[in-house]
Amino acid sequence: MHSKGRIHSMDTFGTVDGPGIRFVLFMQGCALQCGFCHNPDTWSTDTGRWMSVDEVLAEIEPYVPYYTRSGGGITVTGGEPTLQAPFVARLFRECKARWGLHTALDSSGFCDPRHAEELIDATDLVLLDLKLMDRERHAALTSQPNDRILTFAKRLAARKQEAWIRHVLIPGVTDGYEDLTRLGRFIGELGNVSKVELLPYHRMGVYKWAQLGKDYPLEGVPTPGDDEMRRARAIVNAAREQTGSSGSGHSTESCRAAAVES
Amino acid sequence: MSKLEDEVRQILTERSPWRGFKEGEWQEKTDVAGFLALNVTPYEGDEGFLVPPTEATEALWAQILELMKLERDNGGVLDVDVNTVSTITSHGPGYIDRDLETVVGLQTDAPLKRSIQPYGGIRMVVDACEAYGYKLPAEIERLFTEVRKTHNQGVFDAYTTEMRNARKAAIITGLPDAYGRGRIIGDYRRVALYGVDKLIAEKKRDLIELENGAMLEDAIRLREELSEQIRSLQELKRMAASYGFDISRPAASAREAVQWVYFAYLAAIKEQNGAAMSLGRVSSFLDIYIERDMSEGTLTEREAQELVDHFVMKLRLVKFLRTPDYNELFSGDPTWVTESIGGMGLDGRTRVTRNSFRFLHTLYNLGPAPEPNLTVLWSEMLPEAFKRYCAKVSIETSSIQYENDELMRPEFGDDYGIACCVSAMRIGKQMQFFGARANLAKALLYAINGGVDEKLGIQIGPKREPLLAETLDYDDVMKRYDEVLDWLAGLYINTLNVIHYMHDKYCYERVEMALHDREIVRTMATGIAGLSVVADSLSAIKYAKVKPIRDEQGIATDFEIEGEYPQYGNNDDRVDAIAVGLAETFMAKLRKHKTYRGSIPTLSVLTITSNVVYGKKTGSTPDGRHAGEPFAPGANPMHGRDRKGALASLGSVAKIPYESCRDGISNTFSIIPKALGREEAARKDNLVSLLDGYSVCGGHHLNVNVFNREQLLDAMEHPEQYPQLTIRVSGYAVNFIKLTREQQLDVINRTFHGSI
Repeated sequence: MHSKGRIHSMDTFGTVDGPGIRFVLFMQGCALQCGFCHNPDTWSTDTGRWMSVDEVLAEIEPYVPYYTRSGGGITVTGGEPTLQAPFVARLFRECKARWGLHTALDSSGFCDPRHAEELIDATDLVLLDLKLMDRERHAALTSQPNDRILTFAKRLAARKQEAWIRHVLIPGVTDGYEDLTRLGRFIGELGNVSKVELLPYHRMGVYKWAQLGKDYPLEGVPTPGDDEMRRARAIVNAAREQTGSSGSGHSTESCRAAAVES
Repeated sequence: MSKLEDEVRQILTERSPWRGFKEGEWQEKTDVAGFLALNVTPYEGDEGFLVPPTEATEALWAQILELMKLERDNGGVLDVDVNTVSTITSHGPGYIDRDLETVVGLQTDAPLKRSIQPYGGIRMVVDACEAYGYKLPAEIERLFTEVRKTHNQGVFDAYTTEMRNARKAAIITGLPDAYGRGRIIGDYRRVALYGVDKLIAEKKRDLIELENGAMLEDAIRLREELSEQIRSLQELKRMAASYGFDISRPAASAREAVQWVYFAYLAAIKEQNGAAMSLGRVSSFLDIYIERDMSEGTLTEREAQELVDHFVMKLRLVKFLRTPDYNELFSGDPTWVTESIGGMGLDGRTRVTRNSFRFLHTLYNLGPAPEPNLTVLWSEMLPEAFKRYCAKVSIETSSIQYENDELMRPEFGDDYGIACCVSAMRIGKQMQFFGARANLAKALLYAINGGVDEKLGIQIGPKREPLLAETLDYDDVMKRYDEVLDWLAGLYINTLNVIHYMHDKYCYERVEMALHDREIVRTMATGIAGLSVVADSLSAIKYAKVKPIRDEQGIATDFEIEGEYPQYGNNDDRVDAIAVGLAETFMAKLRKHKTYRGSIPTLSVLTITSNVVYGKKTGSTPDGRHAGEPFAPGANPMHGRDRKGALASLGSVAKIPYESCRDGISNTFSIIPKALGREEAARKDNLVSLLDGYSVCGGHHLNVNVFNREQLLDAMEHPEQYPQLTIRVSGYAVNFIKLTREQQLDVINRTFHGSI
């Protein structure tokens, strides 16, 4: 039972999902169906490859010196890793016991916190994706309302679990002034957030939708430019500061180069 | 400073060029390494001291860029002096803008005017002239056909039928049998440190020492070579004198040291059109002179950077007259003016100096460029600030390659340099016989097809029954392959023996060898192409089912693969062990054969851009690669087959043992900026960690390209907007817009890490 995980793929040189160089494990299966997803091939819960914790550890082992030297570690993403929480928890515990690796969980937060407590115990950093604060529009964009996600975020805050909040900026969809202000306020109230990453929406996953024979719902939506990224960052920062708990030294980052690329 | 002081200083200067240097054995005998160890000033700081270009530098460089544009517009060659055979003293002094240049000297009397260098082979000169719209005078063609024999003619006089066939089928190819072999590094620093007269005196002593004993072939040859070396040094002095410099004495200032070193190098390239004409390891040597002048108050940082900028400009202007064919093999009009930077000393101190930074800084002051081929000798022990600066330069210019000092220093000491791309040698004490490469993927097809070439349809390899089973059996294939490799190793070494015998005889590198010791180590530098194709093919045969599809002649022209098989590039021992075994086996076979002049056989896994041409000449292979498709470059995994990210890919390549591949193992790493990290500081840190990790794992060489696929596609369509876009290919950097369209596509299709 839960002795194996359903794995989509892995990348030995991840540098954008947490600090340093990281082993990135992509879990297979997700309960959301976000219209802007760049990995729709990880949604299905009946494909992928079954691997044991030991098998995954053997894949990590050759590169541990790179991860420790660079202040990196392991990030589990997907798909949605909390769907396979017991497996990921065991993997994290082993990574810590064997090599003292830093562990990061990249999640949509769409899960019942009670099922993830054990996993969070073994997690150093949660990368939590907050897509929209508006309940109805969240459901329209992702197929589910955001109640669970916000509850999950609050639970992390209550546990004082370090988190980075990530928000994908989609022009005309997630970049409204009101949306960004609500997001900033919510983050400001949490108190456990050490970094906010605004990620420019990109279209590099569109070809996968075509491969899967799915219609791409955001057809025609452009990628945001540098100015739009700067504007969004300013709005979120202002709202965070209003709440008074944004904490000094914490910043809202965005990736200019990624914006150029996407 | 008063005029009198100035004069006194000058007198002092001329009296003691070695003033202020720590005394040692280097004063008694030629020993640049010893001089360096005693006098170098390691620099642990960061790049904060660097300065922008001077007005003179900017003005000069603008003129050069204009000339380079004219050269491109003119179809790749600006001008050719078809009437004068190039020698050290053939052309009068040439300048770009005499008032602005702090370092002078050109190959001919005008910048970018190419000369004819027929000693390697007259055909190359005739064809190259014709290809670019020039006509070689009939008299010169006759002279080098009927009167004076060339290297090329000598080789073909001695080639056996089998050698000619192997060359035609391209199982052995890229051979330096029609042009200069190159890959020899003269110790150009000796001219600055000792002056030419002292070097001549030493060579004369060598001649006298060789007056006793039996006068047989070896002794006669050596005496003739020494006499030629002395003559070339005298010509070198005359050439410098034509520019108004007396280099019979040692250099007495930084400016002179740079100028003396450059004159020596210039003499080499006026005399030889070698495939790679590398510079050695001059930057930290020159730093000693710069430090001294600065401490004496006669040189500022601005002036020091200007000297380096002007020197590097000259190196960027090095041009040879070559055929378009040659460029198809080694694209982008390359010269491989490789300069080795950094590394550690045997005493545990770094060899990084301020001048290491200044050389890299030319990529900003003059913009990115493929030449000189800047090569950082990497070690985890290098100063952190230098490592971070290298990472920054790589990310911003893609113009540096890295080679593992920790692998090479134990073998070559701390005064080696890289010739061409990945070939390490002790400077002034070692040379190599460049041997291009054997196509191991084609050799595998010979094993399957009983020695019949799959493209030509004729018997090239040893005649055997072809393997006719419906499914290829791993043991059968390996047994046959071993026989083919035995044959190939012997033929390959014999072919190289012929080539280098003739090159020594008809196209001897007089001045480069004059800047070597009398007794030197020689290596026979063989190479292989298709390592990843063969590893994957054998893995497919072993772990999946591979069925040959045969034509009416019975030749396997395609392969059907059933099932999955482990692929090289995923750090999977099942297949990586096959690649390792292949390098070890072929090296062991090469070692069994007698070599010309007692040279030691070595092996490289390097293709530069010729992986495209090798692919074109090779039929479909059992790994699923179709006929004509490019091989992966160097030791890289095949395009798109490394599926576990960059570290797994590097992990596979790092397993190829340097002990078996002493001539280098090339790996090209291309990544989009975003995939190195979200923030600039993180990108530098991550690249440093990656290079440290690769070095510690025993990887030998890494080209680092950081750019976007879109940028390259755009450069293909609008080359005029990217005159200086530089990318690294196996072991070398090229100007992207000078690649053929086919090579451009190959570069773009290669694995980009983190492209999604």
